[in-house]
Amino acid sequence: MTATPMTTPFHDRDTGQRLLARIGEKLHALGATERAPIRLMEVCGGHTHAIFRHGLAGVMPPGMEFLHGPGCPVCVLPMGRIDDCVAIAEDPRVILATFGDAMRVPGSRKSLLQAKADGADIRMVYSPLDALTLARRNPDREVVFFGLGFETTMPSTALTVLRAEREGIANFSLFCNHITITPTIKAVLDSPGMAVDGFIGPGHVSMVIGLRPYRFIAERYDRPLVVAGFEPLDVLQSVWMLLDQIGRGVALIENQYGRIVPEDGNPQAQAAIAEVFETRAFFEWRGLGSIDESGVAIRDRYARFDAERRFAVRSPTVADPDGCRCGDVLKGGIKPWQCGLFGGACTPETPVGALMVSSEGACAAHHQYGGLRKGAA
Amino acid sequence: MCLGIPGRIVAIADADALLATVDVSGVRRDVDVTCVAEPGAPLEDLLGRWTLVHVGFAMSLIDEDEAKATLAILAEIGEADAELAAFATEVE
Amino acid sequence: MTVLPLRPPRRVRHETVTLAHGGGGSAMRDLVEDVFVSAFAVHEEGQPLEDQARLSLAELMARGDRLAFTTDSFVVDPLEFAGGDIGKLAVCGTVNDLAVGGAVPVALSCAVVIEEGMAVATLRRIAASIARTAREAGVRVVTGDTKVVARGACDKLFITTSGVGVIRTGLDLGIARARPGDVVLINGPLGDHGAAIMAARGELAVSAPVASDCAPLNGLIGALLDAAPGTRLIRDATRGGLAAVLNEMAEASNIGVRVAESAIPIRPEVRGFCDLLGLDPLYLGNEGVAVAVVPPEQADAALAALRAHPLGVLAAAIGTATAERPGRVVMDTPFGGTRIVDMLVGDPLPRIC
Repeated sequence: MTATPMTTPFHDRDTGQRLLARIGEKLHALGATERAPIRLMEVCGGHTHAIFRHGLAGVMPPGMEFLHGPGCPVCVLPMGRIDDCVAIAEDPRVILATFGDAMRVPGSRKSLLQAKADGADIRMVYSPLDALTLARRNPDREVVFFGLGFETTMPSTALTVLRAEREGIANFSLFCNHITITPTIKAVLDSPGMAVDGFIGPGHVSMVIGLRPYRFIAERYDRPLVVAGFEPLDVLQSVWMLLDQIGRGVALIENQYGRIVPEDGNPQAQAAIAEVFETRAFFEWRGLGSIDESGVAIRDRYARFDAERRFAVRSPTVADPDGCRCGDVLKGGIKPWQCGLFGGACTPETPVGALMVSSEGACAAHHQYGGLRKGAA
Repeated sequence: MCLGIPGRIVAIADADALLATVDVSGVRRDVDVTCVAEPGAPLEDLLGRWTLVHVGFAMSLIDEDEAKATLAILAEIGEADAELAAFATEVE
Repeated sequence: MTVLPLRPPRRVRHETVTLAHGGGGSAMRDLVEDVFVSAFAVHEEGQPLEDQARLSLAELMARGDRLAFTTDSFVVDPLEFAGGDIGKLAVCGTVNDLAVGGAVPVALSCAVVIEEGMAVATLRRIAASIARTAREAGVRVVTGDTKVVARGACDKLFITTSGVGVIRTGLDLGIARARPGDVVLINGPLGDHGAAIMAARGELAVSAPVASDCAPLNGLIGALLDAAPGTRLIRDATRGGLAAVLNEMAEASNIGVRVAESAIPIRPEVRGFCDLLGLDPLYLGNEGVAVAVVPPEQADAALAALRAHPLGVLAAAIGTATAERPGRVVMDTPFGGTRIVDMLVGDPLPRIC
């Protein structure tokens, strides 16, 4: 991790050791054991990555288990949307700009990486702003940005559309696949046999939307959620805070990441989202099926920047591959290695399910960082 | 999804376009500061501030006092409970 | 190549390379003579150019008992970047592939495929860079070839170099020779080359004060082998980065490898670059990083020898070979946890999540 005054203090090993001891005491007081652990789900893929990256699961005292949640937008993107994206990219007029994450996600015909090899003009960019730069530099081409992500990323694409409008850039459009976080959490909470005792809340989504949207989790489902940062001490502190709530028998929405997340989120970012996007009636998720009001589309006012309308995409519904249990893993029902395909038919080299594609997907993270079996981690 | 990295705003790249240069350990990139610019205030106010950067956008100004407060609480959790535990042992 | 009459060298007068330069006629001869032969000084003046280089067997045999022979093709975009260019890369890559086998590099071949339209000035700079790097590494470019292809048939310039070197008698380095207890050393910080190239491409609009580490490592490796003659293996951590080398070695030697993340040197700016783009420096390519495995009793001497060399100032002992978990690379994180370091699938791609 980059050493800055904003990150280094949150890596202090001694503080971590003391915190782990306190976590151990709390688990002991709760009567949690290896066989009957407290299960905390990190919703965000960024936390999954941090937990594996720093080896946090291995240093946790017995009696606590991390469940890796559905918060990786690349992982939950259904095949049909990838197929649409490939079709757009194959249009010879088009330059498709995308984040690197999406390149290897399998579609039913091919991935973007394969489409590129087959001749489609696909460029990897760091920012939607760079896609706009491509549009400026290639006025005779149609530049389409493959927009995906939760609320963290929505303001960036919304502001890019607004920028394109302000500058009168006519050859730029957005293929919008943004999704919202709370319906995912609700899908987890509503799934049969749900075994989550508390949630480590997504820090960077929350800096945009604030804490209010999570209230239903505490009020209707009686589960605590602590919005957490991504450094090791952030994760440990949020675990401690969740255990503290569980010990006190309360379910609250708390904020561990106050240095980044204001209570009400970011008003300018929210305004940009509201200006450009509107809620879709439903959106298809890989592994989770169709979820009501879980995605956003571009408002009519900005229709000319909407790749879905410019390129008349078909949005086919493609069933998840046979045997693939990404959905069960996403909901915390099974662990990655309990899927019959894990490590055999489905590996990072030949991913079947999307959780094996992104390094934030629970399966890929387990495969890459954790070894093939649980005992190996 | 949510790769966010703290960086320091070191220059205003284009005030009209709301673009500023952010430095991450010597690595620089122009980012959109619409979400962190105080409406009406000069962009120069952002110089020297730490911000969280996501896909080329400054998404939040880092509250350094909050960071200190969190670290203080972290230290407290470690110590307070330890004292409590020590106290409990003594009582036994 | 044809035998040339004895006469003053010809000059290329065009500013760009055209298909005529690949036609085998006088334009091609001008290009070869002016740009390459003059830069490399491959043959003694007044002597005709032959179709092959001729090396004295007696001279080779005086240096050791085995010939090492390797080849590599170089494609890079952009051709010139901070810390190097495709020419320097082409020499260093082959020199290093010889050196990590314990060979003293002797001679290189250099074949270039040029896309028509290439600026002759750029070609001259790259040829000069090849010559300079070869001099620095103490090897001679003794034979070569030039082809010009139509626009679009290659990307500006491809270079293939092959090299021969001599392995000194008694030395036997091998990827399968690591044993439990051995110490893993590296000579310098990770990721400089990968980060410099990605930044130089400009697509990410990120400026990074990072230069490629591209360097001939034969001098450094010679010093290492003098100090630690029991060295088990050396590899350069090019594509796939340090992670690939450690995994190959764990698998081939049937050992576990345990490394300490905090011991691995990485420049702050490379770390910053990686954090911003969601990359892991363990997987970035390097062109001047050697990984050496030495027996424990020679580790101190080996490390001291590396550090005494200009290319090893930041050398470090980063871990050990273990009997546990054969085939696996395990990293101790600074926070006290562990994680598995696997091979990367495909190229490192910038990510946002």
